[in-house]
Amino acid sequence: MIQQRARILAGVLLLGLLVSGCATLESRTLLKNPPPDLPPSAELKSVPFFPQEDYQCGPASLATALNAKGRNTTPSDLTKLVFLPGRKGSLQVEMRSATRQQGMLAVTMAGRMKDLFTEVKNGNPVVVLQNLGLSWYPRWHYAVVIGYDLPRENIILRSGTIERQVMAMTTFEHTWKRSNYWGIVVVPPNEVPITATKESFFASALEMEKVRQPAIAETAYGAALQRWPGDLAALIGIGNSRYALHNLPGSESAFREATEKHPQSIIGWNNLAEVLSELDRLPEALTAAEKAASLDGPNQATAQETLASIRKKVEKQN
Amino acid sequence: MNSRFFRLVCRLVIVSLLALHLPIRSANAAMIGTESAVDQTVVAQNRDKVEAFMSRTDVREQFQKMGLSADDAKSRVASMTDQEINKVAGRIDDMPAGGSTLGTLLIVGLVIFIVLLITDILGWTKIFPWTVGPRE
Repeated sequence: MIQQRARILAGVLLLGLLVSGCATLESRTLLKNPPPDLPPSAELKSVPFFPQEDYQCGPASLATALNAKGRNTTPSDLTKLVFLPGRKGSLQVEMRSATRQQGMLAVTMAGRMKDLFTEVKNGNPVVVLQNLGLSWYPRWHYAVVIGYDLPRENIILRSGTIERQVMAMTTFEHTWKRSNYWGIVVVPPNEVPITATKESFFASALEMEKVRQPAIAETAYGAALQRWPGDLAALIGIGNSRYALHNLPGSESAFREATEKHPQSIIGWNNLAEVLSELDRLPEALTAAEKAASLDGPNQATAQETLASIRKKVEKQN
Repeated sequence: MNSRFFRLVCRLVIVSLLALHLPIRSANAAMIGTESAVDQTVVAQNRDKVEAFMSRTDVREQFQKMGLSADDAKSRVASMTDQEINKVAGRIDDMPAGGSTLGTLLIVGLVIFIVLLITDILGWTKIFPWTVGPRE
């Protein structure tokens, strides 16, 4: 019986080794051909260190990232927000929501080593989830990437109780890969991380809107508009956030700009109509609503509703 | 029992809301949300919302079972978006929860210790900070 089990275990192990051994690693490519746009090494030496207490690597690494970007807080403040005693750890979604509660954005990283290094080079530490064990024996762990050294083939972390953990780049990549390359850059809302994609940055701004932080969302959309000039989603986001803040004139100007730069956007015209209607400028509202209702698109039904309700309002006044 | 009853009530409330054609979108019914501009369909948003409405209670109860106080559980659930709630609901037990320390490793048998030691040395894992991986 025991022998049989041992044999099965051995088989599983062998298979596991074969599978992980075959994996291609981005580190190897980067080491072989160092990218010309990256310095050979970089380290954010001033990033503070909070040694973790039992199982508290979530709060510790989040505190590290927040303090590095000027948000003063301690791991014990964050424990209330992210630590789950029954799991002796912290969930990824709560790492994000705790970041938001500190008024900062949690921007998802693409799963690329080069992006990690690019963020570090630009002054942003990156909070990563590692599986320090194997897929069938996971040891989930949060750490903060603060540096890399291509000639020495190392990556440098604030991790657990180790202030400056130097880990072989390939080893790190194995452990990071096992968490599906989960990583977040923590930034104040007026900053778009250099490696952020439109998708990842807007997701974090949108989350702020969803958890009713329109002032922070407005700042984030403003930053997005600087990074991607004239972007429709950024303009709509600014308009909607200002609307939520009861700043109707500000909202109007954002939607106006959206309709000027994107005359085919139902959202722009519809929301402009709604704001104008609330400002009691009905003739202008009606024109905008008619324009929205005349366009084709997924939000057509709402545009029709808006038009109908503004028409009713006009009739009532006459 | 309690939660099952609550869920039933929730479902009834939702169905009646829909039947009454009351907009779940609440106050600003005619404004189109930013997510539409970021590529999410209205259908998906509303589905998220309905699902999350029910799941929030489940997640809160799970959190309490896992040692959070009622107040903490409530505020932590409240600070998650609908999408996040739906992601977590029913999966809290098997989602990754980062918290690794070395102490628990001692319980694990010698076999695993040796395997992990070897994989550490090969540079595939990093369980033991004192192992020397390739080129460190």
